[in-house]
Amino acid sequence: MIDQDFIDELLVKHEYLSLVSHEDCLTLSCNRDHWLNFASYLSLEETFDLLVDLTAIDHGEDAEVRFSVVCHYYSRVHHDYIRVHVECASNENPEILSISSVYPSADWHERETFDMFGIRFTNHPNMKRILMWDEYPYFPLRKEFPLAGIDTPLPAPDVVEVTDASVEPAPMMGGPFVSSGSGPMSDSEPRAKDESWTEKSEKPV
Amino acid sequence: MIANEVAYNGKVEGDVIVTKADAVINWIRKHSVWPMPMGLACCAIELMASAASRYDISRFGMEVMRFSPRQSDCMIVAGTVTYKMAEVVRRIYDQMGDPKWVVAMGACASTGGMYRSYAVMQGVDNIVPVDVYVSGCPPRPEALLDAMMKLQDKIGKESSVKALTKSASAVSS
Repeated sequence: MIDQDFIDELLVKHEYLSLVSHEDCLTLSCNRDHWLNFASYLSLEETFDLLVDLTAIDHGEDAEVRFSVVCHYYSRVHHDYIRVHVECASNENPEILSISSVYPSADWHERETFDMFGIRFTNHPNMKRILMWDEYPYFPLRKEFPLAGIDTPLPAPDVVEVTDASVEPAPMMGGPFVSSGSGPMSDSEPRAKDESWTEKSEKPV
Repeated sequence: MIANEVAYNGKVEGDVIVTKADAVINWIRKHSVWPMPMGLACCAIELMASAASRYDISRFGMEVMRFSPRQSDCMIVAGTVTYKMAEVVRRIYDQMGDPKWVVAMGACASTGGMYRSYAVMQGVDNIVPVDVYVSGCPPRPEALLDAMMKLQDKIGKESSVKALTKSASAVSS
């Protein structure tokens, strides 16, 4: 496990780091200019050789810094995780340095983060969407994006010509389908939680 | 004695069977439906189970699962059709030779199922004509077999000769 000595040493060595209050694993906030340096330090000079996850947070349109990237590293020597937060440069066109040169497994994580949040990872070898199609105009995990989706043309014009299909907002009758997660299977199957509203009678505010 | 016979008697009628072209064509077609597994999610696992020995889809003349659309008659859409995949599903459907049928297997292929989301097409019938819908998440192999038998019934009732002459005249004109 990571002990207090390790944390103290880390903070003394890297003054661009600051400790964030945490309940599980050690959480650090990193200055964006040193984000890549710290990643290579963890990989090469420390024993954090496994990038567990890389994702982002949208703090909302009104937030001072809207997007931050979150990273989890694991050390097979310490048997423990480190979580690193880093704030993205711009709220309109968020950008951050790619760490895929240090952790090759970050490649697809960064593409997914770009796909969902629109955060561009500079120096990434192949910065394009991974889940949605290339022409898709929105970033689905941003706060302003509705879960049901937004009207968009399908990416294949010839298919649209024959079928007249398009990307439509999914019907959200009674809210998203979720499982209660307990009880017998017949009761816990995914279903609308709130059946007081439908497409015809509006959701009570 | 002959008057009591119900079945075909070669001595009386010779080697001739009188029937309708529709009946023969449909009889042939419905007992040789070659399905194409369009496995997109977990329903494909149940589809594999229906093809395996315990449920044995070959009892209905459907054991020849073809992975090429050019060689298959029936597309079994087994799983969640995302908007990104919809284009591919339609293209593969277009590559199948006539006559062709589509079975929407499971909740996702039929209606989008539990995926009320920006990424999932709410039913594959938005892009291809579906003949039989199967409920379930995923449906048991019995349900799929039942659907395939329903499809056979449907094929049995088609006016195949009319469709053939219609498409032939469409080609010649």
